[in-house]
This record gives sequence, C-alpha cells and structure tokens, in this order.
Amino acid sequence: MRDKQVQDLKEYKYGFSTDIDTIKAPKGLSEDVIKFISNIKKEPKWLLEWRLKAYNRLKVLKEPDWQKPKYPKIDYQDLYYYSAPKSFKDKPKNLDELDPKLLETYKKLGIPLQEQKRLNGIAVDAVFDSVSVATTFKDTLTKQGIIFCSISEAIQNHPDLVKKYLGSVIPITDHYFATLNSAVFTDGSFVYVPPGVRCPMELSTYFRINASDTGQFERTLIIADKGSYVSYLEGCTAPMRDENQLHAANVELVALDDAEIKYSTVQNWYPGDKDGKGGIYNFVTKRGLCQGNNSKISWTQVETGSAITWKYPSCILKGDNSIGEFYSIAITNNHQKADTGTKMIHIGKNTKSKIISKGISAGYSDMTYRGLVDISKNAKNSSNYTQCDSLLMGNKCGAHTIPYIKNKNSESNIAHEATTSKISEDQLHYCQQRGLNSEDAVGLIVNGFCKEVLQQLPMEFAVEAQKLVGISLEGSVG
Amino acid sequence: MEKQLRTDFKKIIDSSNFSEKEIIKKEKYLNKFVQNGFPGKKNEDWKFLDLNQVIKSNIENLDYFNENIPNEVDPKIYVDGLEHNKIVFINGRIEKIDFKYEESDKFEMKDQFDSECLLDDVNSLVDLNSALTNKYYKIQVKEHYAVKKPVIIYSLTTSKISSKNINIRLDFDLKSNSSLKIIDYSIDKSENNFVNIVYNFNLQKDAILKNYKLDNEENNNIKYSYNNINLDTNSVAENFILSLGSSFIKNEINCNLNGKYSSAFVNGIFNLDNNKNHEIRTSINHLNENTKSYQLIKSVLGENTKSAYQGKIFVKSNAQKTDGYQLSKAILLSDNSEFNAKPELEIYADDVKCSHGSASGSLNQDSIFYLMSRGLNYKEAKELLINGFLLDVVEKITDNEIKNLIKNIMGLKECI
Repeated sequence: MRDKQVQDLKEYKYGFSTDIDTIKAPKGLSEDVIKFISNIKKEPKWLLEWRLKAYNRLKVLKEPDWQKPKYPKIDYQDLYYYSAPKSFKDKPKNLDELDPKLLETYKKLGIPLQEQKRLNGIAVDAVFDSVSVATTFKDTLTKQGIIFCSISEAIQNHPDLVKKYLGSVIPITDHYFATLNSAVFTDGSFVYVPPGVRCPMELSTYFRINASDTGQFERTLIIADKGSYVSYLEGCTAPMRDENQLHAANVELVALDDAEIKYSTVQNWYPGDKDGKGGIYNFVTKRGLCQGNNSKISWTQVETGSAITWKYPSCILKGDNSIGEFYSIAITNNHQKADTGTKMIHIGKNTKSKIISKGISAGYSDMTYRGLVDISKNAKNSSNYTQCDSLLMGNKCGAHTIPYIKNKNSESNIAHEATTSKISEDQLHYCQQRGLNSEDAVGLIVNGFCKEVLQQLPMEFAVEAQKLVGISLEGSVG
Repeated sequence: MEKQLRTDFKKIIDSSNFSEKEIIKKEKYLNKFVQNGFPGKKNEDWKFLDLNQVIKSNIENLDYFNENIPNEVDPKIYVDGLEHNKIVFINGRIEKIDFKYEESDKFEMKDQFDSECLLDDVNSLVDLNSALTNKYYKIQVKEHYAVKKPVIIYSLTTSKISSKNINIRLDFDLKSNSSLKIIDYSIDKSENNFVNIVYNFNLQKDAILKNYKLDNEENNNIKYSYNNINLDTNSVAENFILSLGSSFIKNEINCNLNGKYSSAFVNGIFNLDNNKNHEIRTSINHLNENTKSYQLIKSVLGENTKSAYQGKIFVKSNAQKTDGYQLSKAILLSDNSEFNAKPELEIYADDVKCSHGSASGSLNQDSIFYLMSRGLNYKEAKELLINGFLLDVVEKITDNEIKNLIKNIMGLKECI
C-alpha cells in the first residue's frame, strides 16, 4: 500500500496535457509576431511602440552566460510566442461559457474556478498558456476598489495605471530575458490596491503551460497604493514533455508609502525526467520597488520544479525606513539545476533587509545561491541579515554559495552567514528509532530545516508546500 | 602596449642566456598576455579592483625591461630584533643571499629553470611574470630538515626606477618532513611601478610552511602577489597577510589540498587610510579526504579607502570529511570607505562541514560609551577597540617571535 503511495508521489502528477484547439502566432520572433500579439489583444498604440522598442533593443543584446547551470542554446525562432485556446477568440463573459475541457484541467490541478465551491476565499486568476482564463471573486474585490484582473483587461480598462507603472521597475532596457518579455509578453495578472485598503483575501494566479514549443511570457504588475496591504500567491505547473520549454516572466511590484506587498511563489514546473530530459527553463525576472517611505516587500518562494531555475527576486529599498525580505526554499533532485537568490539594494535611510535561503540538493543536481547586498552611500543606518544554509544528499550533487556584499557607508551593518552540511546520522537514527521509516525521517528533518521559510507562507499554501518538499525528495535517500 | 612589450621582451631575452626551448615557452606566455592584457572589471576575479584602469591612470608608458645594474645593499634595512636568513631583491634583481644559520647541504637556493613549476592558466599576470622574469630561483629544503631561522625576503625598490614593471619569481620545494618560515618584507623608495610577485610552493608529506607577507611601508606602487601552494598528505601551510602600506595591492593565495589530512590557514589584516585600495583573494581547493582550512580576514577602513575580500572554498566530490571555515569582518570608519566581500562556497561532497560568515559595520557605540565612562577619551577608546579587533588575527600566528615582530610593526601592545 505504502509502496504504491510512494510510487504515485514520485511521479509528476501535473504532467498531463489538455487536448484543446489553440490559436498560435506564427513560429519565431519578429516584428510581425509582436504586431500579431498586440493586434489580437487589441492593444493601444503606445504599448505596441513600447514592445517594438524593447524588440529593437533585444536585437543588440547578448544572452548572459555567467550563470552556473549551462544549457544548450535556445533557438528563439523555433518557439511560439502566442498560444491561446480557440474558444477565447472572444473572451467568455463568465465561467458557464468557458470550455469545459479547461474547467476539467483546472479541476485536475486542484484549482477550483467555481467560486461557490470554495470554502475560504482565495481569488484566483488562472493563466493557460498565453492568456488569462478566469478570475474569480471579482465582485467582492471590486466593492473595495481593488482591481484584480488579467493584465490584458487592465490595459483596456485601466490604461493610465498600466502606462504609469509598466516598466517602472523592470525597464525595457534591462537584461536579455526581461527585454524579451517586454517585447512579447502575452498575459499575466494585474493588481491595484487603493490607498488604505487591506485586501481581504489572498490573491492568486495559477500558471499553466499546455501547448508544446511554446514559451510562456507572462507579466505581472502589482501596485500597492499608500497604506495598503496585499498578499499574492503564484503557482505553476506544466505537462511532461521531452523538449525543454522556456518560461521568461517579468514580475513588477510597486509599494508606495506605508504599503506592504507579500508575494509567495510555489513553483512546480515540470522538472524533467529522471535522466534530465525535458523540463522547463524558468528564467524569471522578479523585482520589487519600495518606492514610498515605510513600505515593505516580502518575497517567499518554494522552488521545487523546473529543469533550470534561474531567478533573483529583488528589492530596491528606495523609500526611507523601507523593508525588504526574502525567504526561499530551493530543492533540486535528479538532474535539476538552480541558480537563485536575491538582490537587496539599499538606497533610502534606515532601510532593513533580511534574507533566509535554504537550499537542498539531491541526486545529480546542482544548486547555487547567488545574492547581492548593496548598501549605498546615502543609506545611512541600514542593516542586512543574511542566512543561507545548504543541505546535501549524496556526493553526486553540488551546493554553492556566491554572495556579493558591498557596504559603502560607516553607519550600516551587514551580517552574512552560510553553512553547508548533510542530514546527520544521529538525527536520522533518532527518528527511525521512534518508528519512522527513513523517507519519513528525512521528510521530517528537511521540513524542520525549511521551517523558517514555510512559516512565511499563507496557511493553505504552507501545507501544500510542506508536502511538495517531501515529494521532491522522494527516493533521494535509500 | 604590445610594441613596447615585444621590444622589452627581446631585450630581456638578449641580456639573459635562456635555451631555445625556454625562449619558445616564454614567447608562448608573452603571446597569452598580449592576448588578454591586464585584467579589468569585466573579469569576475577583478570585479572590485580594476587593475587595467589602475595601471592606466597611475603609470604612463609602463616599461617592462630593467637594466641589470647592481645595487649596494644597505645593512640598515634589515629587520631588527629577529635573527634571520636573508634574500635581498633590489629593483627585481637579486643582490644578496645569506643563509648563515643553516646547514648548506640541507637548505639551498639554485638558479634553475624548471618548466614543471610554471603555472599555466592562472591569469594573465602570472603569464606576464612567466614571460618576463629573467631568473627562476628554486629554494629547496631537504628531507627531515627544519630551517632554523626564518628567511626574510626583502624586496626593495630604489628611487632610481619609475614606471617599471618588476617581476619576481621564486619556487619553493619542501621535501618530506621539512619546515620553512618565510617573511616577505618590502621597502619602497620608488613610485608608480608595477610589482608582480609569483611564488610557487610544493609541500611534500608532513612538511610545514609558514608564510608571512608584510606590506607595511607607505608607498605609491601597484603590487600584485600570487602564491600557489600544493599540499601533500599531512602537510600544513599557514599564511598571514598584513596589508597596510601600498596604494594598491592584491594578494592572491591558491591552496591545493591534494593529500589527506593536509590543512591550510589564511589570515589577513587590512588597516587602511588615505585613498588605499587593497584586496585579498583566496581559493582553497579541498581535493582529498579529511582536509581542513581556516580563514580569517579583518579590515579597518579609514578615509576614502576600499578593501575587498574574495574567498572561495571548493570541495571536490571525493573530499569527504572536509572542514572549511571562512570569516571576514570589517569596520568602516568613514562614509567614504567601502568594503566588498564575496565569500564563496562550491561544494560537491555531502559529508562536509563548511561555513562562512561576513560582517561589516561601524564601531560599536556601546563599547565606546563603556570605555569612555571608564575615563578614556574618544580617540583612546577607538584605538583600543580597533587594536583588539585586529589583535585577534595576529594572535593566530603560531610563531611567537614573528608574532611579536608583527605586533611591533603594527604598534599593538598586549594588554596585561
């Protein structure tokens, strides 16, 4: 019985694909494709120009190559940059009009789109390949003045907000993948929380890559106006395919005076099979700007999927007294590779940041924490605390820590700690003596190792993440 | 630059007597350097100190050829209060070798070209050194011989030279169960030269090396020092770097722990003022089981100064039971000072204990308050705290005589 359970768990249970008619843009990256995307989404002229500007810059940019996990060259002309279910040509007004196959897909994934079936309120925006499928609990949110919709809708309905903030944190002049995203982004979520409003429920986006040969380029923009609070969750899965798929999203957060944004990710893209075949390249740019005084941005991530994870959710602490936090668990197994960490850029006075990173590598995987703490000359009285711990299972995997620490003024403090170790025999022995089998014992110890980060997740997610941590390591200790 | 380099290279070859084979080798290194040039910001290892820029803005028309003019050694330069053997370099030319305390058949220095000791693929500066040094010296300590007194390697520059590139190269061979203490001591009367020193150490089984580098005299030269240390079973290398005087200096130490139970220690102090820019970069490669490394770097940064520490611990997949530790701490005294650190771990084995820590900040105001409440004035309190902070590193030195010498140089007094 238990063996069967373990077997079930070992397999990537979100690996199915949905057979659904799609509209795709012509293969490859060109001005025409960008015009096609812009046209099909009925975008205003300024946005098309903005995209083309990014595209022109992209032509002269070089793909970065300093990262630890190397990958075969991506042929950008061999990808589809837009894919949407056919039934979406005219966006369905409500869930009843939605393709039942889509509903079925999300049901299988455990994401209920039907609001009434939901006991506690989490508003979900589901993104399927290139488009947003459905957004739930819209009415409740609208009453409070909160805007939560797909970014395409926001471009139509709230162009001023989008125009003002889009690209304000990740400009089109950024690095290669961010610029690529600016040129071809298809959909994503948009959140605006008006001044003084505390968002009553968790907002959530669920990303799903379905079509093959498709890159997913979503763009998320979250704006927390003065004195507001929002907690946002993000989850991702993809079907099992033999080829590698590219996912290059951009996420921009803007926190004004006294605002707080909490952004949590549970990333479970298809990691490839046991031999490292297939899987998602997760090259995401996430950046938060604490623009106002006393603002706070907190990133929490649980990274278990993807063949290669390459991302550094960052905080730019511009406002005085602003706070940046980064909590991360990254788990790699089999042939997965990860190069992840954060950047804390202190600009304002009395800014504080905290980094807790836990890395676990097993099998033949390779994990790198890379981080930057930069305290500028004017960031008087700032402080940073960094802790990154790595856990190794077996001697075929690697764990690396590469922090960059820059302190440019005499009134600020930086403290950094890092350790690397394995699960101690004593701890395992103790647990097994008390009747746990070795897998459960490892799960328990690893969960304890990750506890500091798991605690930061909203309750429902925390339970799921805890399970995910266990599943990702199944079979790594024998 | 290339034209100058080639003509100077020709002059060096013409004025020395290298064999055909050696010249071909040297040309290869020269071509490599010409191809890569001085390392700059784009090079990850030189991120914090852009040597290319530093040389461009400080030295006009760098000259790579030094005429072979003998200089008198002034005995006044010798370090007082410590009996020692001497090797004296003046402007990159060896002037005096004095091993009077040692048995001559157990400890010797030979002028010998040994192509095995050349360091390939390290960086362009080592290539430059390999191409342009006109003499290779090999220092050998025979089996079971402990060199009785420390060897001080004086490297002097006189006011006669300017805008010169000086290359010094030494190889050390420590046979099994031998031991050697060396002190690098530089005295500079010159300005705007680029000094490039490369040492290569080979430690056989049970050998002990104590390697101290003192850069305490104020000077306006740009310096680079690269030490490669290969350690066999059960051997120990202790390194200490005192980084005070030069306007630019980068010390690199690379330790390959090849044998089981070998260990490496690197401790360093930066105590900088007016516009100095120093860096220490270490890489400790744990390549076998049960190896150990320990690093402690402390820095005190005054007006307009910059220090950087890049330390890497690498653990190969078969190097189980590795114990690696690394700590860097900095006190910033001025708003114009800057501390950069990149403490790196690259680990491929699971049964290891590796950790690093890095902290930087201002002097602790509470401690100052405490001391002032006990009757010290602000300046004294500050001095006491800084001395205590740095003394911690000096105390790691295992040789008492040398420890006292270094304390004297730094003006540290032990509190009783």
